[in-house]
Amino acid sequence: MNTLIILSVLGVITLFAEIFRFRKGLFPLILIGLAAAFTFTVMDYNNPQVYFGMMNFDNYAVVFSSAILVIAFLWFMMAQNYFLQETSVTDHFALILFSLVGAVVMVSFNNLTMLFLGIEILSVSVYVLAASDKSNVLSNESGFKYFLMGSFATGFLLFGITLIYGVTGSFDLTTIHQHISTGNQTGMALAGVLLLLVGLSFKSSLAPFHFWAPDVYEGAPTTITTYMATVVKMAAFAAFFRLFSTCFAEIAGHWTQVLWWMVIITLFIGNVSAVRQKSLKRMLAYSSVAHAGYIAIAIVSMSATSASAIFYYTLTYSISSITAFTILFIVSRHKNSKDISAFEGISKANPLVSFAMTVAMLSLAGIPPTAGFFAKYFIFFTAIHSGYTLLVLIAIVAALIGIYYYFRVIIAMYFKPEQQLVPIKVGILHRIVLIITTILTILLGIFPDLIMGWL
Amino acid sequence: MMNQAIHTIPLDWYTLLSSILFCIGVMGVLFRRNAIIIFMSIELMLNAVNLLLVAFSAYHNDAAGQVFVFFTMAVAAAEIAVGLAILVVVYRNTKSTDIDVLNRLKG
Repeated sequence: MNTLIILSVLGVITLFAEIFRFRKGLFPLILIGLAAAFTFTVMDYNNPQVYFGMMNFDNYAVVFSSAILVIAFLWFMMAQNYFLQETSVTDHFALILFSLVGAVVMVSFNNLTMLFLGIEILSVSVYVLAASDKSNVLSNESGFKYFLMGSFATGFLLFGITLIYGVTGSFDLTTIHQHISTGNQTGMALAGVLLLLVGLSFKSSLAPFHFWAPDVYEGAPTTITTYMATVVKMAAFAAFFRLFSTCFAEIAGHWTQVLWWMVIITLFIGNVSAVRQKSLKRMLAYSSVAHAGYIAIAIVSMSATSASAIFYYTLTYSISSITAFTILFIVSRHKNSKDISAFEGISKANPLVSFAMTVAMLSLAGIPPTAGFFAKYFIFFTAIHSGYTLLVLIAIVAALIGIYYYFRVIIAMYFKPEQQLVPIKVGILHRIVLIITTILTILLGIFPDLIMGWL
Repeated sequence: MMNQAIHTIPLDWYTLLSSILFCIGVMGVLFRRNAIIIFMSIELMLNAVNLLLVAFSAYHNDAAGQVFVFFTMAVAAAEIAVGLAILVVVYRNTKSTDIDVLNRLKG
């Protein structure tokens, strides 16, 4: 709860900073505020608290909120440079802080009302941010598509919530669980579960509800795309798993069948479409769809280790994504192109950037000793334990396709002739972000137990 | 009093009416090309849900459903405000509210 209060107050202060001409000190203040929020969150570990039956800050919520705060911290360091050139830097920062409030609500809800409010607080801010490059038609299109698809999905989510309410007479997760598990499994309840599944699949970009993701990710400003691929995705999957494992685990037979097929379609559409892309940004967008497929395997398995597998996967995926998007941001600004060809031969003049990019690509592809390997390993391990061997085999084939397009970037950097030997200027904050994320990717790949034991 | 008036119509009818309204909204979003009409269709979806929530709330004798409706209405208002703002920005750049002009991102 302290996390929510700190983040909200910080957001309001950020809004006032514009009036009081407090722009210079704002960025350090936000970083300090995030660090304070992180400290207060971690202090609640092993000290579960329920607030009026609405919010439940158990270990699951604590672990996911602190991971979200860490990613947000790295994100602010990465994005500061971009927003300083904007006229309305405070608005952007305030929107991000408010959307973080939504993300924390999404991982700690104990009532469907809070799930709905959390998703909306997060989404509405991100709609604005996606369209925030006002004069750029691509950014407008991206924001508009995100808004349309997002509110369309909200409609399905709400209809699902309503049907569940109609059957159980409550929005409370524990009451719903009692009703559903004691045989109150009418057609209306199942329809509600399926509609919730559709709504949440939209938000977490699972095929066949993923079609907005590549367009939105490509059109939005790169920093905002980073935010969508990391924090938003993590919160969406945390909420997805929290809802379905608390309420609908007993009737898993009814909906895992559907999700099973959705996972397979997602894995193939994501990986195969990523192969065809020339633009690195769009490739990363499709790869993000593919990663959603891997994470959803843990939801299909619905076993005791699913939560920690999802946590490890989303965290390591987010860290590697921040590296990849930061480098894309630096290189695309330097060369004025977001294509993979912009990376050709940059390794000679920029050894640090190329090394960080290589580690990120290896991690996204799932190759040891990077963290991405153990992320996939834990997911597959969980699935095999629950008896989904065929699903794991298909996912491994999809991962092999993935290796192809991630290596295209590495090959472009190291084995293509360079176009120019001018080193790309990397700002000090970007440098720090790249060093932190690269070290974390390797460290978590060698010692996964560092964070696996928390959940 | 109010509850009794609602109870004179069976719950199934409310469910049916809301489902039909919801489907009309979905069809509107999928098949209309004008952004303003699409916004209206999304509103129709959300209001179909509101109607059903109120009906369930009355039949369960539970106020939570009606409180939820307030949240839905507030959020829908915020969403439409943001949506219209984005639409204004799009209109300034493209001089059109037809969503078919938004086709630059593909591949």
